[in-house]
Amino acid sequence: MTARSLSSVSGVLKSVISSRWPGVCAAATCNRRHVSTYTTIPPPAQYGGRHTVTLIPGDGIGPELANHVHELFRFCCVPVDFEVVNVDPSIASEGDINNAIMAIRRNGVALKGNIETNHNLPPSYKSRNNLLRTTLDLFANVMHCQSLPGVRTRHKNVDIMIIRENTEGEYSSLEHENVPGVVECLKIITRTKSLRIADYAFRMAREKGRRRVTAVHKANIMKLADGLFLQCCKEVASGYPEISFDSMIVDNTTMQLVSRPQQFDVMVMPNLYGNVVSNVCAGLVGGPGLVPGANYGDDYAVFETGTRNTGKSIANRNTANPTAMLLASCLLLDHLKLHAYAGMIRRAILTIVTETRLHTADLGGQGSTSEVVQSIMNAIQSTRAHTLST
Amino acid sequence: HEKNVSLFFNCQVSRVVGTLLKDNPQPRTFIRGIQTVTLIPGDGIGPEISSAVMKIFEAAQAPIKWEKRNVTAIQGPGGKWMIPPDAKESMDRNKIGLKGPLNTPIAAGHPSMNLLLRKTFDLYANVRPCVSIEGYKTPYTDVNLVTIRENTEGEYSGIEHVIVDGVVQSIKLITEQASQRIAEYAFEYARNNQRASVTAVHKANIMRMSDGLFLRKCREAAEKHKDVKFTEMYLDTVCLNMVQDPTQFDVLVMPNLYGDILSDLCAGLIGGLGVTPSGNIGTNGVAIFESVHGTAPDIAGKDMANPTALLLSAVMMLRHMGLHGHAKKIEAACFDTIREKKVVTKDLGGNSKCSEFTDAICQRVKDMD
Repeated sequence: MTARSLSSVSGVLKSVISSRWPGVCAAATCNRRHVSTYTTIPPPAQYGGRHTVTLIPGDGIGPELANHVHELFRFCCVPVDFEVVNVDPSIASEGDINNAIMAIRRNGVALKGNIETNHNLPPSYKSRNNLLRTTLDLFANVMHCQSLPGVRTRHKNVDIMIIRENTEGEYSSLEHENVPGVVECLKIITRTKSLRIADYAFRMAREKGRRRVTAVHKANIMKLADGLFLQCCKEVASGYPEISFDSMIVDNTTMQLVSRPQQFDVMVMPNLYGNVVSNVCAGLVGGPGLVPGANYGDDYAVFETGTRNTGKSIANRNTANPTAMLLASCLLLDHLKLHAYAGMIRRAILTIVTETRLHTADLGGQGSTSEVVQSIMNAIQSTRAHTLST
Repeated sequence: HEKNVSLFFNCQVSRVVGTLLKDNPQPRTFIRGIQTVTLIPGDGIGPEISSAVMKIFEAAQAPIKWEKRNVTAIQGPGGKWMIPPDAKESMDRNKIGLKGPLNTPIAAGHPSMNLLLRKTFDLYANVRPCVSIEGYKTPYTDVNLVTIRENTEGEYSGIEHVIVDGVVQSIKLITEQASQRIAEYAFEYARNNQRASVTAVHKANIMRMSDGLFLRKCREAAEKHKDVKFTEMYLDTVCLNMVQDPTQFDVLVMPNLYGDILSDLCAGLIGGLGVTPSGNIGTNGVAIFESVHGTAPDIAGKDMANPTALLLSAVMMLRHMGLHGHAKKIEAACFDTIREKKVVTKDLGGNSKCSEFTDAICQRVKDMD
């Protein structure tokens, strides 16, 4: 057993024992820092307090954004070293992605760009991103969509947390053609995974002080599959009486999202609906360039942009919006418990996003990526100078 | 007037040509004479909005004769649920139907009425044109798109199994025949309605075989209709772009589940189900146009309902039949009344009764002549 799985097993055991017999384990656990229950235990810093993080640049705008993250971290003296693993999507063999998965197992955390999937290739070529998520069992995809001041959108005051089941559902990639011309695709919903994601959602809601969780489903049509998901959510909801729980059918949800998105708080749903709803919400708050996403599993965490776009059409033109990737790197720093650095970078990013003259093309401006990153570094520099001088 | 006639004639020509190219040519007699249409008032607010539509059509002197039918399911011989034979016979004869909202009671024992109608007449395409209504303000202006959704298979095939306790599988069925049918329909619709492009919405990066098959059929249909531009886009990209800039989309064609979600998303953009028309096209020339909102039992019988959805569906029906002059007249009257905001129902922001709203539209229609 690896050190990580040992520590995670002991972590689970400790939390189970300490919840049942609090007195017994108080002594044993008091010397450990308080770890919030919904994120995994971060890997111990290996050399001199520095963390090693796997970096998968991906395709399209991925490599340039990864460089900007690198630059920014170096500028801020963040104690993180990146282990870069390139995944070439044109190769048929899965060697590259297996290397990436191995690197993530080694380091425990990763920052990732989206790897392109050519959908004209035969089904034997699986989506690399999907393979990564299912192999590492990153069961929860969390996206926090918030209206940002300074970004003009049709809807104001949007603050929705989307928790999407990341490993099963329609993305099981189980398809077959029994009769020529008739293709069946299986959507699998299991009780264990549904309970797991529902539990994650409610724990997250409790940690963040959220009032309401909405389950999104289509159980009027898919009575057994989404019915099971809904039932699991209801079961978990009964254990969190302070959080109100309701459910909504996915087509009604999208309609409500475009007319009155302020009514939603936390939303939990299976894989495909999660895809639709997270993209709708990202569009509502300003587009794919602004929202970071995180994939959490029991042992690993991978951070990426929320809407998982390769941005092929704007690659290498210095017009991509780096905000999403940089905010994802802040989530990474939070996960590694480097809260001071995360806060500093995040504050700088949010200050820069309010400046209309620096907006990139996706926000309707003409700024370039490098300008934005430079301004963020300047903003950090000025706050640093301020603290040094006081 | 001449322009209307020539337009009318051109559409008739394309329709006749279209009919001749299909497998079973059905001669239709709406070039001259009165066309009979089966009217299914429905439940709840259904009867009031249906009578509103009939009144407006009368005011517009549309050559339509209505045949009212009830489609509450009855159990036929052998225990199979079916719609009443007189309703089926009427639809088979008339080929065109207009339907209000239907209610399926929970402990009815029979499947949903919409499902039954769809199966009986093999209504394979659900068409929803979403056009922003001036006068009914939403955060989205200038929406002008059409969603065409495959209505018979896909994720809604209803085939589910419990494999072991706690593991459920739901089967999404994509067949070559159905995909071909819907793709062909989408391109023909684009051609007949002067739409510039068709976008296929899919998720073939994940569901390689099923959506791949759908996509292949769309590409084949695109080859046969070179005058219409064809693009393909991932479902998530469509959703993302739709809420940021809906003007970039024209006609969207997609399998069942994506269609359900996207058509409701687009309805939300223009103001909800209370103002969205919808049509279901079937084989053998059958078409049923309907309002997709609910039966609203709380306001039924109180003269508060908004007939816009059913009226716009009826206008869609007129266009389908080639009666573009009347369609334009009634649609303009409806939009003008809503734009003026003087006599509109409660859900549109006013406080008039349904009958007052209807009368206002009738007056406008009469004034147009």
